[in-house]
Amino acid sequence: MAELKNLLKQQIIEVLNLEDICVADIQDDDALFGDGLGLDSIDALELIVLLDKQYGIKLADPKQGKEIFASINTLAAFVEQNRTK
Amino acid sequence: MQKISQYIAIRDNRVLWNDNVVFEGQSSDFKDFAKELYQHLEINYPKFYKMDNLCKLAFLASEIALTNNEEEDIALLFCNKEGSLDSDLQHQKLISNIDNFYPSPALFVYTLPNISIGEVSIRHQLKSESMFLLADRYQSEYIAPYCELLINSSKANKVLCGWLKMINGDYQANFYLVEPEGILEHNIENIDQIINK
Repeated sequence: MAELKNLLKQQIIEVLNLEDICVADIQDDDALFGDGLGLDSIDALELIVLLDKQYGIKLADPKQGKEIFASINTLAAFVEQNRTK
Repeated sequence: MQKISQYIAIRDNRVLWNDNVVFEGQSSDFKDFAKELYQHLEINYPKFYKMDNLCKLAFLASEIALTNNEEEDIALLFCNKEGSLDSDLQHQKLISNIDNFYPSPALFVYTLPNISIGEVSIRHQLKSESMFLLADRYQSEYIAPYCELLINSSKANKVLCGWLKMINGDYQANFYLVEPEGILEHNIENIDQIINK
């Protein structure tokens, strides 16, 4: 799981162009949206694409995103349970 | 008659402000040059890194023109020939393979050139008149009287005008600020000289 969390952090930094942030700056329980990394709605869409492209996960209900994208911990747990690739 | 208070040219890794070189980057690649200039200007605005190249270019030119500006009523009149073609082509590339179809929402939002006006307006908290004009060349004879009208009718106190080029890494920005006081007469001859620098 630690390896997956690390990979997710790298992928988020890359796809969201977070140039001033490195993997070590993102704590596993940091909020990804709002006061945490300060991501916005377009970033959320980009994360949905990332889940589909990298892990074969299609989010059927966008409302799920709020819980799934709460932190690296919640995102990694969701990916671990639902990934098809 | 209004005046031109300052003018800026960004091209060939360099920034000229009123004809003086004020920054010279090390990289010939626009993305790297833009990052160098962003850091040189000591800007703290992480959203910059998410912008497409056209927006980065307009953002940086505007940032230089509006340094220490406290005026809120600044109209924005930007113009280019290529529209958002630079990002359109990247988007097309992403969606052209049906077996690997993952369009990027973050790229798609930049497939309109007037987003650059939005980015500058958000950055400087402008809720003013704006226009993004697509044309083969800078329309001085049309834009100059429009600037005069905007200021004379109190629609704006200043007008930031810009001619942009961004396609496949080839870039150029020529911006000038129009307001009641300045260093040059706001006339077509001076505008054409600024745009062609």
